[in-house]
Amino acid sequence: MKSTWRPGRWLIILPPLIFLTVFFLIPFAFAFKISFAEAAPHVPPFTDVFSFTPDHHLRLAVSLGNYRYLITDEVYGVAYLYSLRTAFFSTLICLALGYPMAYAIARSPKSAQGLLLLVIMLPFWTSFLLRVYALEGIIRDNGFLNTVLLHLGVISHPLRIMRTSLAVYIGIVYSYLPFMVLPLFATLEKLDPLLLEAAADLGSTPRRAFVDITLPLSLPGVIAGSMLVFIPAVGEFVIPSLLGGPNNLMIGRVLWDEFFGNHDWPVASAVAIGFLLLLAGPIAIYQYYNVRQLEA
Amino acid sequence: MERSSPAVLLSVLFFGIAMLYLPILVLIGYSFNASPLVNVWGGFSTAWYGQLLHNRQLLQAALLSLEVALTASTGAVLLGTLAAIALVRFARFRGRLLLTGMVNAPLVMPEIITGITQLLLFVSMMQLFSWPHRGFTTIVLSHITFCTAYVTITVQSRLQGADRSLEEAAMDLGASPARAFLEVTLPIISPAIISSWLLCFTLSLDDLVISSFVAGPGASTLPMVIYSKVKLGVSPDINALASLIVCAVGVCIIAAGYLMARADRRRAQETQLAGR
Repeated sequence: MKSTWRPGRWLIILPPLIFLTVFFLIPFAFAFKISFAEAAPHVPPFTDVFSFTPDHHLRLAVSLGNYRYLITDEVYGVAYLYSLRTAFFSTLICLALGYPMAYAIARSPKSAQGLLLLVIMLPFWTSFLLRVYALEGIIRDNGFLNTVLLHLGVISHPLRIMRTSLAVYIGIVYSYLPFMVLPLFATLEKLDPLLLEAAADLGSTPRRAFVDITLPLSLPGVIAGSMLVFIPAVGEFVIPSLLGGPNNLMIGRVLWDEFFGNHDWPVASAVAIGFLLLLAGPIAIYQYYNVRQLEA
Repeated sequence: MERSSPAVLLSVLFFGIAMLYLPILVLIGYSFNASPLVNVWGGFSTAWYGQLLHNRQLLQAALLSLEVALTASTGAVLLGTLAAIALVRFARFRGRLLLTGMVNAPLVMPEIITGITQLLLFVSMMQLFSWPHRGFTTIVLSHITFCTAYVTITVQSRLQGADRSLEEAAMDLGASPARAFLEVTLPIISPAIISSWLLCFTLSLDDLVISSFVAGPGASTLPMVIYSKVKLGVSPDINALASLIVCAVGVCIIAAGYLMARADRRRAQETQLAGR
């Protein structure tokens, strides 16, 4: 089809394109600019990077202090590393738990699949904040889990889970598990069972067939699911803030405190830009697989 | 793939599902506890639900959140559907790659980054154009931004599955492209549009992080009030509120899912009949 100038097309294309450019893309430019400003005690609380002198010359006041601060102050490095590590291991746990779940759903009869998917999806539709709060009711010192275990005599002292790293892991796995199961299911469902039968006919054990056929073919789902868990988990704020202790400093929490506690917007912008650079790789991988899947 | 699953797979599946639901069920249980102490069962009571009606701060925040959610999800559905049509129907146009990127990135972008960058935009816009004032407007604008992505993804996959020959047949019979789209394709993608509207509504109603950044000092949405209360410790009236929200959302989603499945079945039957 030859593309011709049709104004109708642009009536469809332009509104979302302009809106997202203005409210999603351009904000990053402002954050980038303000990360070179300095905190100042007025509204808004930062200095101008660009300004005009009285004789109409453009004046550029770039301060690298925020980035220097980011590198020299240990808190940020520790928080970045802790966030990456927490997100990485949570993603692995989600994968270990989500893969068998997705596999079981994909192998269950068609009639049950819809219901099972709805059951997996439903928590995703209910409030994230409230689910994290509900989890606190399970794992706190006098919560459901400890009450049950004490009652059964399994433990004699309440387990201390709240305000530890373990609580953060449980929180992330609990909240993000559906994001892992759904893309995995989408690829596993498409898998042709004839391939596995053929492998069995040719003498392959089920384990071998799984490693040689199922696993490689479900790789796009593994990657999509892992990125959907990993990337938001690195920046998670609600979970470490409500379930974690003072030592569980994830970068989202540091950013929040810098912003709402210290009111240092330029440093917060620099943290956000540094954070974004850190995530550029994973986001690119996600985009690449996503676009390829949508175009297929 | 239709074969019986080994017991191990099924038990992991049920463990996972139990893990997803247990906290919510326990929370609902707590909300009927007469005692304000969490580890003491003081008998069955609906007192906490009654107390909600007298909490002005909560009611005001709930009202603001509902207004935001209604406006934002409607705006997002309009923009997101346009973006989906553009991406599926127009194979090549300037800005296609940009649009694809901007539609997918918000899905994985940590909220805290979106929140802070959007606040900086709004503050800078305020300096330049004296608009928008932080509050309802800025919350709605930022919610539309992240919701649009979900709409586009949902509608896009539905639109890709839609049979174009029906639309072409309508055009052969003399319908204009716009009319053919509105009368033939729109009904086919309407389940995706409705479900994405619902999804946006719940996502907007639930958002804490982005709203906290862009809301400014004057406005508080429901999640912001809940967060500040929960941060101070357990409060039994929040248990009641949470149970109400979870049940309301659950019922809506199940009803919507049922209606859409029914509509789909009916359409499948009609297509089958037409094919005969």
